[in-house]
Amino acid sequence: MNAPASELTSRSVRIAQEVAGPAAEDVDRSARFPTEAIDALREEGLMAALIPVEWGGGGASVGQVAQVTSTLGRHCASTAMIYAMHQSQVASLVRHGRSALLRDYLRQVAAEGLLLASATTEAGIGGDVRSSICAVNLDAGRFRVEKNAPVISYGQNADGILVTARRSPDSPASDQVLLLCRKGDFTLEQTTGWDTLGFRGTCSLGFRLTAEGDEQQILTDGYADISSHTMLPVAHVLWASVWLGLSTAAADRARRFVRSIARKNPGTTPPSALHLAELMALHQQMSDLVGSAANRFDRHADDTDALSSMGFAIGMNALKVSASTLVVDIVGRALSICGIEGYREDSDISLGRYLRDAYGAALMVSNDRINGNNAQMLLVHKDD
Amino acid sequence: MVDEQIRGILVEHGRLPVDVTTLPDVADLYQAGLTSHASVNVMLALEDEFDVEFPERMLRKSTFESVAAIREALSELNVSGGLP
Repeated sequence: MNAPASELTSRSVRIAQEVAGPAAEDVDRSARFPTEAIDALREEGLMAALIPVEWGGGGASVGQVAQVTSTLGRHCASTAMIYAMHQSQVASLVRHGRSALLRDYLRQVAAEGLLLASATTEAGIGGDVRSSICAVNLDAGRFRVEKNAPVISYGQNADGILVTARRSPDSPASDQVLLLCRKGDFTLEQTTGWDTLGFRGTCSLGFRLTAEGDEQQILTDGYADISSHTMLPVAHVLWASVWLGLSTAAADRARRFVRSIARKNPGTTPPSALHLAELMALHQQMSDLVGSAANRFDRHADDTDALSSMGFAIGMNALKVSASTLVVDIVGRALSICGIEGYREDSDISLGRYLRDAYGAALMVSNDRINGNNAQMLLVHKDD
Repeated sequence: MVDEQIRGILVEHGRLPVDVTTLPDVADLYQAGLTSHASVNVMLALEDEFDVEFPERMLRKSTFESVAAIREALSELNVSGGLP
């Protein structure tokens, strides 16, 4: 049922090159939402790529969406990151929302190319997204929730927001559900801005969210399972794909620079060519890492046993740590190769935006926290 | 006997906001507030107490979701009745 990979690729290449790329500089400078790129992705049906064909979507695999994401990341990392975050919300709805209302909503997401955001962090939980302070209040088939979210990326542009909360006011912090809040259900009161070094176009402002809706908007599975089976692995695969695209863009500039030096003196391999070879070895490592993680998810997508295993969780965490470390290394090496031309903001091989974006990777869900989780699991995990 | 040991470990390492001794055998420990972090400590303590090693296939949420599930996992590892 998968969409032809080549067709997905050609559509994403066109949007990346003709729409997202040309707007990237302005999106970055103004820290504005990349409206034109998201509109183009919507028109081409790419926002619904992960939704099954029978519900009007593209029926693509996570591996195929990962390729679209890295293609976008090569031209505008903010667009790619928004796309990645949206797709991990879509995947969660497709795989864990079984109510009639949520099924209908997914058809609407597919038909209209709706954009989904998420509110998983909360002020006061110390960054641990697996615990919530806010709770779902149920009354006569309706829910009400209020959340102080330090970050809801592109919340102001979202058509729907998936929100974590405690199952009920009596539930412990770790017993969470995920609920869909549709445009019209929620109000956002801005609490913080988003003036950062990189990923400026994701507009990851803080908000106080208030929402009401039908209890059928609460996803069927608990958040613990949604997170470990879908949201976390898909997010890590797709974030890593964004960073891969960013690395490819930096590598492209380094290659262009080395070629221009080589052309001036045919017959002599420039010293920077050796550094480029080293860079490309790392790039291949990253590309293979991301590709194999995407395949691993797709291979086990319907195998709950495999998805709940500790080995899988450790692997998907390690992917995030490795990819976010590699992107900084690769972009830094590209800068060393390009030298002052890469350091300049006004050259055609400037690496400024890539550098600023790359450093965000290790910070968005800090690598220390992720390594900490793996350290804990490794105390009991056996590799058998 | 095994049940008492399991409950003792849950009291000491489960960091549950409820009284474990009053929880039914089949009560969902995660809904009672067991975090994934605390569940790893419970696993470690169980391995120590019963001198067993949970193989990889057992290291998943469902194995530790209730006192009954833990007891069943231990019996699969040939732990039953009194101390090993």
